[in-house]
Amino acid sequence: MSLLSELNALALGLFIISTIAMTVTRQIGACIQIFVVQSLLLAASAFLLGASTPSWHLIALGCVTVIGKAISIPWLLRALVPSEIHRTRELSQTIDAPTALLAALGLTLLGYAFGAHIVGAAPNLSSGNVSMGIAALLVGLLLLAVRIEAVPQLLGILAMENGAFLAGIAIAPDFPLIAELAIAFDVLLLGFIVALLTRAAYRRIGTTEVGGLSALRERIK
Amino acid sequence: MILAIPLLAVLAALWCAIPRAGRAAPAVTVLAAIAVLSLSIRLLWTLSGGGTLTVIRGWVELNSLAALLLTLIALVYATAALFSWGYLASDATSESRIRLYHANFNLFAFSMLSIPMLNEIGLVWIFVELTSLLSILLVSFAISADALEAAWKYMVLTLLGATIAVLGVLVLYWALHATGSTEFTWDGLHAAAARMPHALLGFAFVLLLVGYGAKIGLVPLHTWLPDAHSQAPSPVCAMLSGIETSVILYVVLRLRNVFAGDPSLHVGAWFVVLGLISVGAAALLLTQTQDYKRLFAFSTVEHMGIILTAAGLLTPAGDVAAVWQLLAHSATKSLCFYAAGVTLIATGTRDIAAIRGLLGTSRFAAAALLFGALAIGGAPPFAVFLSELAILRAGLLAHAYVLVALLAFFIVVAFFGLLWHVTNMVAGPPESEPRRRRIPLTCAWALLLAALPVVILGVWLPQGLAQALESAARVLGAA
Repeated sequence: MSLLSELNALALGLFIISTIAMTVTRQIGACIQIFVVQSLLLAASAFLLGASTPSWHLIALGCVTVIGKAISIPWLLRALVPSEIHRTRELSQTIDAPTALLAALGLTLLGYAFGAHIVGAAPNLSSGNVSMGIAALLVGLLLLAVRIEAVPQLLGILAMENGAFLAGIAIAPDFPLIAELAIAFDVLLLGFIVALLTRAAYRRIGTTEVGGLSALRERIK
Repeated sequence: MILAIPLLAVLAALWCAIPRAGRAAPAVTVLAAIAVLSLSIRLLWTLSGGGTLTVIRGWVELNSLAALLLTLIALVYATAALFSWGYLASDATSESRIRLYHANFNLFAFSMLSIPMLNEIGLVWIFVELTSLLSILLVSFAISADALEAAWKYMVLTLLGATIAVLGVLVLYWALHATGSTEFTWDGLHAAAARMPHALLGFAFVLLLVGYGAKIGLVPLHTWLPDAHSQAPSPVCAMLSGIETSVILYVVLRLRNVFAGDPSLHVGAWFVVLGLISVGAAALLLTQTQDYKRLFAFSTVEHMGIILTAAGLLTPAGDVAAVWQLLAHSATKSLCFYAAGVTLIATGTRDIAAIRGLLGTSRFAAAALLFGALAIGGAPPFAVFLSELAILRAGLLAHAYVLVALLAFFIVVAFFGLLWHVTNMVAGPPESEPRRRRIPLTCAWALLLAALPVVILGVWLPQGLAQALESAARVLGAA
């Protein structure tokens, strides 16, 4: 095992830990910071794979990730979302932290097993990326289900996307760059729109606990 | 010339974004949409016999199916632009908000117009995500608590779907790569499908079906759809229900044959089962709802299920019927939401129980609503009647008798559900003193124009269009 792949394995381990940490961190500001760490670890994995392949596509993707997710998303959230929300501690999650942690660990194992099963066909691959990518996708889904505040829900979607790309850099290293750039643009637009929506919700209905909104549904007569 | 189709929408959006251009924004949008519509019809005329038009090799290529879809999008874009004009004016919306609405509306149209033109699967995914992103703020346009809730649910579930789908796209690329090909286009995928590793193909299929299925509103991933399609302004609902869902379904239908070659994936069975569950659940939910915009939204879930079921037959007759239904549904559903829009203007409420004797309050709104319900329910002599008949016939030809029986039963349940609610609203004496509000002229015109194809296609399928349907179904390419 070369040094680069060992470093990549370290980045993958830290990546999944940061994803799980986002699920149980109550303070929203801290949650954003952990998301930055997660994005930087995705970029690190892209750089390491890019250096060992070598592939300019992956280096470029790493740069796009740093600019788009580690710098721009937190900046957008700070600029557009009222500062009170950043200091909020989210107390009313749908399930408590220990249960969420246990569920996250279970999902990680599931993702790991499934990733290993899928990679069986193509042994030359960084199989850890696929396993941890799928695991992060599942834990991100859990984050989305557990949290009811707007900002953590957005971070759940972005964490899932990071997971998809963590697998993506291993399985499709020469994916057309134009698509990668456009994806980065999509992420910025997403951050911008969600920040606007969160701000509108805060001003109009006085809460950003969007998971608790349930006025719209069928009422059985 | 072809690239002008999406670019016109972008130019219109830029124009509307200019602060001084405020008052002209609705007119500019309507003009752009009419130009897009005429270009699309010309393109459909050229491509109706079959063949491919290459604009940028490997990236932008068009065939008859794409041209048909472009025409549908352009048709709803044009009528919705016209409807928006009067609809926003009737609501006393401020000039700057009207400007922003139109800028966003044009960009949303741009994202949808691009999808049929694109040939590269990665880019198609990006534009599918863009359709969500560019419509979120249109759904929340009213900035009420309900609209914000609907927009949030819409955002979370459709982007969740998009994130799952992106992994599907990457796995599909991986599978393609394993065959030695790098041509990540519709044709490239079809050519290489038989040689792709089985495990990867299956994984990609599940991810793409779940991911895009969430965006189409397939049960049980449909929960956002009635919320978003009832809270958005009516012309936006027409775009969301009439064409956005159809455009994403088009992507799924084109992906179908990449997977259908592998018999162990049971692609046809998946389509039929998911389709029937959606049709059945939507038909039952439709009878329970108390909001007439949600009524039409559930009807969209129902129709997406019907089209998916027809495509699941994997026969040429099923494909022709599926494309036909796609066409009939888009044309009719936009009309239904315009009818809902004028009813809302006339009565000020979306509550079915609160509206009685609409015929006395606004004869025009009552007629439109009844017409829309009959047409989308599948009554003769309207377009949906013929396309649904074609689907049932295709099912009989494929000897899928249980499927035909279930489908027919659910269609009848939905028909009576729709009619029950609408006749309750239309008939009888008005319960309270009506607050009469005039229906804006542009809204009335948009409604009448949208009704034209619904009536014409119900009694006469022009030769050129029939030919386009046949060749579009060949693009889907059932064996």
